[in-house]
Amino acid sequence: MSEQKRNLKAHPTRTPMPERDPLERVKGFDEVPLGYTEEMARAEAERCLDCKNPKCVAGCPVNINIPKFLREVREGRYQDAADTLRTTNSLPAVCGRVCPQEEQCEAVCIEGIKHDPVAIGNLEKFVADWERAHRTITTREVVETTGRRIAIAGSGPAGLTVAGDLAKLGHDVTIFEALHRPAGVLAYGIPEFRLPRAIVKSEIEYIERLGVKFVYNVVIGVTVTLDELFEEGYDAVFIGTGAGLPKMLGVPGENLIGVFSSNEFLTRINLLGADRFPEFDTPVLHAKHTVVVGGGNTAMDSARVAKRLNQARVSLVYRRSEEELPARKEEVHHAKAEGIEFSLLCNPVEVIGDENGRVKAIRCIRMELGEPDASGRRKPVEIKGSEFNLECDAVIVAVGNAPNPILTKATPDLELTKWGTIKVDPDTNETSKRGVYAGGDIVSGAATVILAMGAGRKAATAMHEYLMNLPAKQNMQAS
Amino acid sequence: MSGYLIHSARQLADKIYEYWVEAPRIATKHAAGQFIILRLHDHGERIPLTVVETNPQSGQIRLIVQVAGKTTEEFAQLKTGDFILDLVGPLGQATHIHNWGNLIVIGGGVGSAPLLPIAKAAKAGGNKVHAIIGARSKDLLILTEEFETVCDEVRVCTDDGTFGTKGFVTDVLNSWCETGTRFTYGIAVGPVPMMRAAAKTMGQWGIPGLASLNPIMLDGTGMCGACRVTVNNVTRFACVEGPEFDIHGVDFNELMMRNRSYINEEHEAVEHAHQCQLNEMIKHVRAEA
Ligand SMILES: Cc1cc2nc3c(=O)[nH]c(=O)nc-3n(C[C@H](O)[C@H](O)[C@H](O)COP(=O)(O)OP(=O)(O)OC[C@H]3O[C@@H](n4cnc5c(N)ncnc54)[C@H](O)[C@@H]3O)c2cc1C
Ligand SMILES: Cc1cc2nc3c(=O)[nH]c(=O)nc-3n(C[C@H](O)[C@H](O)[C@H](O)COP(=O)(O)OP(=O)(O)OC[C@H]3O[C@@H](n4cnc5c(N)ncnc54)[C@H](O)[C@@H]3O)c2cc1C
Ligand code: SF4
Ligand code: SF4
Ligand code: FES
Repeated sequence: MSEQKRNLKAHPTRTPMPERDPLERVKGFDEVPLGYTEEMARAEAERCLDCKNPKCVAGCPVNINIPKFLREVREGRYQDAADTLRTTNSLPAVCGRVCPQEEQCEAVCIEGIKHDPVAIGNLEKFVADWERAHRTITTREVVETTGRRIAIAGSGPAGLTVAGDLAKLGHDVTIFEALHRPAGVLAYGIPEFRLPRAIVKSEIEYIERLGVKFVYNVVIGVTVTLDELFEEGYDAVFIGTGAGLPKMLGVPGENLIGVFSSNEFLTRINLLGADRFPEFDTPVLHAKHTVVVGGGNTAMDSARVAKRLNQARVSLVYRRSEEELPARKEEVHHAKAEGIEFSLLCNPVEVIGDENGRVKAIRCIRMELGEPDASGRRKPVEIKGSEFNLECDAVIVAVGNAPNPILTKATPDLELTKWGTIKVDPDTNETSKRGVYAGGDIVSGAATVILAMGAGRKAATAMHEYLMNLPAKQNMQAS
Repeated sequence: MSGYLIHSARQLADKIYEYWVEAPRIATKHAAGQFIILRLHDHGERIPLTVVETNPQSGQIRLIVQVAGKTTEEFAQLKTGDFILDLVGPLGQATHIHNWGNLIVIGGGVGSAPLLPIAKAAKAGGNKVHAIIGARSKDLLILTEEFETVCDEVRVCTDDGTFGTKGFVTDVLNSWCETGTRFTYGIAVGPVPMMRAAAKTMGQWGIPGLASLNPIMLDGTGMCGACRVTVNNVTRFACVEGPEFDIHGVDFNELMMRNRSYINEEHEAVEHAHQCQLNEMIKHVRAEA
């Protein structure tokens, strides 16, 4: 093709992503970005400089060959583009939607030095959706089976990546999931309007087609211990149990009716269908004014779900300023467009209840930014005597998640860090227990989907080597 | 059909049903004090139930369920040969059995079911086990004979006097203590008001002990915090740190309040279900006509 003849100066700005109208979209849970058309995708892919030393690839935690897939989009070879994505990323439709691209691949895009960076995430979404619509997701050619059995604890992005990678190499993989549905935070945390269920479902089906078995309702460490997995004939184990332990506020009144962790609120709706109660049996409280505490993606998700659930007022309380909001810019923009009110530089000191124990207000104190702390961010300090009550009837606490301790507590011989995350060899993700690997939020602390996948990829490579070097099975049983 | 097979189902008392369910991994793993969470069907709620007994050989677990609302009402309709869609466990901490010496276990209503395995384990752990089993009325009493075979002494009471002593479990505890018996430890399981009263009476006689709490739960793995309870002024997650806690430290009023979170929705759910059944019936009648 006439790649050289492309007029690279023609498009200094990125092709905007068409979005559902904010006032319409808050009436339901439909996906907000509508997706590029073919023309838009090709125009956006035109903007790539096809760099000799593509910084974007290094910026992607799973090192997708970005210039290659962009070239394939330009040339209309969408299936090839999809295959390129899938070589290193088993969940492209997910990453195209939820990756913090602006901090990763797009942050270092060379086109971005002078102009807007190439919209890599939007194009990844386009290609993955094209592939889904054309039902051409290829089932890999059958590889020779190795006879090795792998157990995976947790079906979040880390576990799914390990499963996909090892299954492709001919291993016999089983995922054990504590909940009744797969995909971890992708299923119970991130809401439908950011990540439609149908997409998660089709990604799971892809992994199933690779031969991976899913077993639900099993809490590894409790229902079955790691040692028992080895006794049952598994040759290696991967732990991807995530950071599912919500931090609460630690202020008086935090257990009043109407105070939820974001995990509880989102789980009721995303996993258990409480927005469709009583057709589904799980209820959720409906509020006239919901206050969400926190400033990350989880806080934005909770606020936007509350808006859709109640069609009523939703405010967000965050102790630093807009500048420091940890959520993705895009999510903040969406939240604002949907009418979420931001109360910045204030922090809750107490939740106040009525005589029935139901929330009626949250008491906050105003903050100002002081000296920078160890993280370089300016530390918020309380302004004495500035307390005020914000009337509300629900409070959603989204101030972070700690590593889920259910497996690690039940497995005392697994070495942990002082934060309760699992200690691993940084090169292989192997834990202190032989044949046991770990990755994702349970190792890094709450992070991102793509980092969990990157860890899964690294672990899978090391596990494959470990498995191929194990003595033959008969010998093992004889010894 | 997929799921967990119900090997046998029978009614024990008014609105109380017993099931043996196939769940081999749980049957071998379970210890006294632990529970499971189940979901009956694809639109269902996840509800916690205590494992009352296990048979590791046959891979079965015994559940005893009292009808309290929509899900338990649906459960009550299940028969031998039916399946439960999802069932996960064993969850929660097992009872830390010590040789407490002279133990009193107090069960109220369906709370006697979770209490039975604890009494058994305590007996096996070398304790002298005394039991007080109470219910509102004779038709609601369960498991008294099984407690007889496990415990050194069992006293039964009903609120209305239709069986055993007339009165509350706390009345029986008082009179037992008044005759000079000294209990060195106590464990109470039952409705929250009963546990709150038991805590008070135990306190008056200087008896330390545990209560097994029944807050609302969702996942049962520490992920959601729906099961928060306050014990000795600290927030605890009952599904992973409990369900048993120091009976003298529990904020029972808060627990009672939190368990009423969805009181309006619970009525709505039952009504919706009845309406659906009614509609079904009407459809049938019309079809037959
Ligand atoms: C509301 C919300 C929004 C987010 N938004 C974004 C976003 O926009 N972009 C982004 O990149 N990241 C986002 N994140 C973070 C991201 O979702 C996580 O970093 C990622 O999911 C971690 O993956 P994981 O595989 O380590 O664990 P998880 O996704 O947490 O999955 C762990 C799984 O293990 C299961 N499990 C736990 N213990 C056991 C056990 N003992 N046995 C068996 N199974 C077990 C759990 O039930 C769960 O299914 C968000 C997180 C939340 C909560
Ligand atoms: C650790 C534990 C062990 C339990 N063991 C048993 C048992 O062995 N036998 C038994 O009959 N019951 C047991 N329960 C209580 C049982 O879980 C509830 O009765 C059941 O969830 C009610 O569901 P429902 O839909 O029928 O009623 P709903 O209409 O939902 O509720 C009726 C009442 O039950 C309580 N409740 C509601 N939802 C829950 C929930 N998810 N978890 C706990 N309580 C809830 C509330 O107080 C509510 O007002 C136990 C509860 C816990 C936490
Ligand atoms: S996976 Fe994420 S970081 Fe990698 S190219 Fe896609 S959007 Fe960028
Ligand atoms: S850095 Fe940007 S311009 Fe260069 S290859 Fe990557 S996407 Fe294209
Ligand atoms: S039930 Fe969710 S944390 Fe206990």
